[in-house]
Amino acid sequence: MEHDVLLKMVDITKTFPGVKALDHVSLEIKRGTVHALMGENGAGKSTLMKCLFGIYNKDSGQIFLEGKEVNFKNSKEALENGVAMVHQELNQALKRSVMDNIWLGRYPKIAGIAVNERKMYKDTLEVFNELGIDVDPRRIMSTMPVSQRQMVEIAKAVSFHSKVIVFDEPTSSLTEEEVEHLFRIINMLRAKGVAIIYISHKMAEIKRISDEITVMRDGQWIATRPAAELEMNDIIRLMVGRELTNQFPPKTNKPGDVYLKVEGLTGLYNHLQDVSFEARRGEILGIAGLDSSGRTETLESIFGIRSRKAGTITLDGKVCKNRSAGEAIKNGFALLTEERRATGIFGVLNIRENTVISSLKKHKRFGIYLSEKSQREDTQQYIEAMHTKTPSQETKIRTLSGGNQQKVIIGRWLLTNPDVLLLDEPTRGIDVGAKYEIYQLILDLANNGKTVLMVSSEMPELLGVCDRILVMSGGRVAGEVDAAHTSQEEIMTLAAKYV
Amino acid sequence: MTNPVKRLQATAEEFKHKDSKDKKRYIVDTILNNALYILMLIFIIYTANKQPNFLTWGSFANLITQVAAYLPLALGIAGCIVLTGTDLSAGRVAGLTAAVSAVLLQKTDFANKMFNNLPAITPGWILVAMLIVVAIGALIGLVNGFFVAKFSLHPFIVTLSTQLITYGIILWFFGLNGNNGQPISGLSQEYKNAIGGAMFRMQNVPIPNYVAYALLLTVLMWFIWNKTTFGKNMFAVGSNAEAAKVSGVNVFMTTMLVHTLAGAMYGYSGFIEGVRSGSVAASTGLNAECDAIAACVIGGVSFVGGTGKISGIIMGVFVLRIIFVALTMLGVDSSSLYIIKGAIILCACALDMRKYLVKK
Repeated sequence: MEHDVLLKMVDITKTFPGVKALDHVSLEIKRGTVHALMGENGAGKSTLMKCLFGIYNKDSGQIFLEGKEVNFKNSKEALENGVAMVHQELNQALKRSVMDNIWLGRYPKIAGIAVNERKMYKDTLEVFNELGIDVDPRRIMSTMPVSQRQMVEIAKAVSFHSKVIVFDEPTSSLTEEEVEHLFRIINMLRAKGVAIIYISHKMAEIKRISDEITVMRDGQWIATRPAAELEMNDIIRLMVGRELTNQFPPKTNKPGDVYLKVEGLTGLYNHLQDVSFEARRGEILGIAGLDSSGRTETLESIFGIRSRKAGTITLDGKVCKNRSAGEAIKNGFALLTEERRATGIFGVLNIRENTVISSLKKHKRFGIYLSEKSQREDTQQYIEAMHTKTPSQETKIRTLSGGNQQKVIIGRWLLTNPDVLLLDEPTRGIDVGAKYEIYQLILDLANNGKTVLMVSSEMPELLGVCDRILVMSGGRVAGEVDAAHTSQEEIMTLAAKYV
Repeated sequence: MTNPVKRLQATAEEFKHKDSKDKKRYIVDTILNNALYILMLIFIIYTANKQPNFLTWGSFANLITQVAAYLPLALGIAGCIVLTGTDLSAGRVAGLTAAVSAVLLQKTDFANKMFNNLPAITPGWILVAMLIVVAIGALIGLVNGFFVAKFSLHPFIVTLSTQLITYGIILWFFGLNGNNGQPISGLSQEYKNAIGGAMFRMQNVPIPNYVAYALLLTVLMWFIWNKTTFGKNMFAVGSNAEAAKVSGVNVFMTTMLVHTLAGAMYGYSGFIEGVRSGSVAASTGLNAECDAIAACVIGGVSFVGGTGKISGIIMGVFVLRIIFVALTMLGVDSSSLYIIKGAIILCACALDMRKYLVKK
């Protein structure tokens, strides 16, 4: 197939008050290719895409689709012209069914009035069969895991007969197996001549799937090269503008005595079944597994925000009941949740309020009054220790980048002086540079004798940071491996044990 | 706290460096964000021009007296709004507690006294009566809070129900001892003095004692909101209840307490309202929550949750009262009064929401 240019963006510039978000960026996407767009958070990838979809008004520059200049006013117009986007954060009507979501805004009609449910069902099944997606079109969105909801989103893009599909961090909530499925779909779309823009932080994926790679940095175009010519280190170098030789800091922690013991953890309202394990002082214990394998449920059950049917948690020989988050905190636990926006940050509150909320007790004077001064000092201490980039303590947290928000929340937990840290996907949606800092932080914690439990969907991260890895499957512990002497294959085999 | 003069200088410096397009946007933003206050200023100047009496100490005294009467209810309801909720029962609770205060503190020699075997009116008994009505308010608030927190019901539904229930109790109460729904009057002079007695006079307009009480309550609420764990937890729950739960905040207790505290404030409001209305009828307090909610919204206590300041609430009550006083002075009839009030609330909400919409 001839790879002519399908989408062309020329000299796009966009300025926000005080920031030049895009500085004369040009991009050419060829028909039937996967074009990876890379760059650290804040490099301008999302802004560029928002200019394409008319979510932002570009200051200058032109966009050509199949040689004709286009200027979409909103994403609906873009969709109708064959340009679709699969968002990182899904915007779906969760209480409605799968097919309602796919045909929303363009329901097939009978006599122009009544919605033709039967045609909707048939057409949905057709698209699903084409993509190899096994989902009932009548299923309600909220009852499905994120990965399946994402598949629905892709099916929606395909149903528009899109010529260009943008994938924004599509694998951030997918497991390895689901990623394989996604890649099969992408390959199929590519073969059909669709041009694909693929935004991701994950190097290995990019290398595998893309034909061309464009790297952006600080709102500027840096390079566009065929993927075959770029090695992982080259990409990182282009992205950060410096050599990042190691993805992970050196492992310096020395696990000590057994500290945390979890026995027979069984969920009351979930599929968690007889989960038992031990973790040592100064150890980083990874928890691997597919989506819905019970990783998150394990951490949340330990922390007391999910009901247990059975199971005991012993910390240093002492049984911890952990019936609520407050009790767990008192017992020395801390939980960094998976979905930062939904269960981590207080968006409209400022950095200080977000930092001290779990450790208000130590600021109490005369049993009632909260000292402003000590709150300010604690916050400052952790802004400095975490290298959080923020104009002030009074800045609202929602205006910070994902990495900086994560640092604030980690700071919040460190202020409670925990002995056991439960980290659920601690580096999700964080750029390469900030990831390294988070890894270093986790290692420092272990070096200080803390016990760290870390759930992650990124296998290399688990292998690079953890001492041991617990593999979960279908709500049970499938096995336990030594991070230094295992392989991704071994972990994947275990993860599929009880599926 | 940063120096306001320095901050102004910094803003001016920043402004100089903007290009013409940004300058225009900045000016428009500033005007829209402060539109309410700008409109107020224009309105005050207009009224003062038409009615020279408007800008006198006497009229100002009248204004702060009214603010002091309406403020406690708004301070209570604001907490519910911070939790992204509301409270529709406020007015009726104040009505009930006004009736109870009036009955407890009727003149001993009043012919139509509802209960005859009550203690003599002493300062101690007045205080006890106040504590009783505050407790009644708090109890209804506690019920509200319990249903909101325990069953995750929307406060709108819960407080709509308790509003009706409270009205039922009011009607029952007014029918006790052969009262037959008659307004309760004949309040004892001691009770009237304790609340409405003049502290001092401004141009012959007396400033009643309850202005001082309102000041005290404001300080107390400011302290609770800004300097206590409960206050911090309230904002956290209002901002993101799930995150608050994970952070170890007792969401259940916090929600209960916010509603209970609000109820206590309504109870106090009723205690004041008893004296202010002179004779308490079954309709006393009707729709009072509307004014209180409007004041909160005008003052920037957003329905988005997690935001709001005590100073904003005071501003909001002031704005509403100024409009009321000024329009009355201008001789505007009551039908227009309601229309204007509604329009102002609508504008305030739209302008407030504008601040939270993500700019694209």
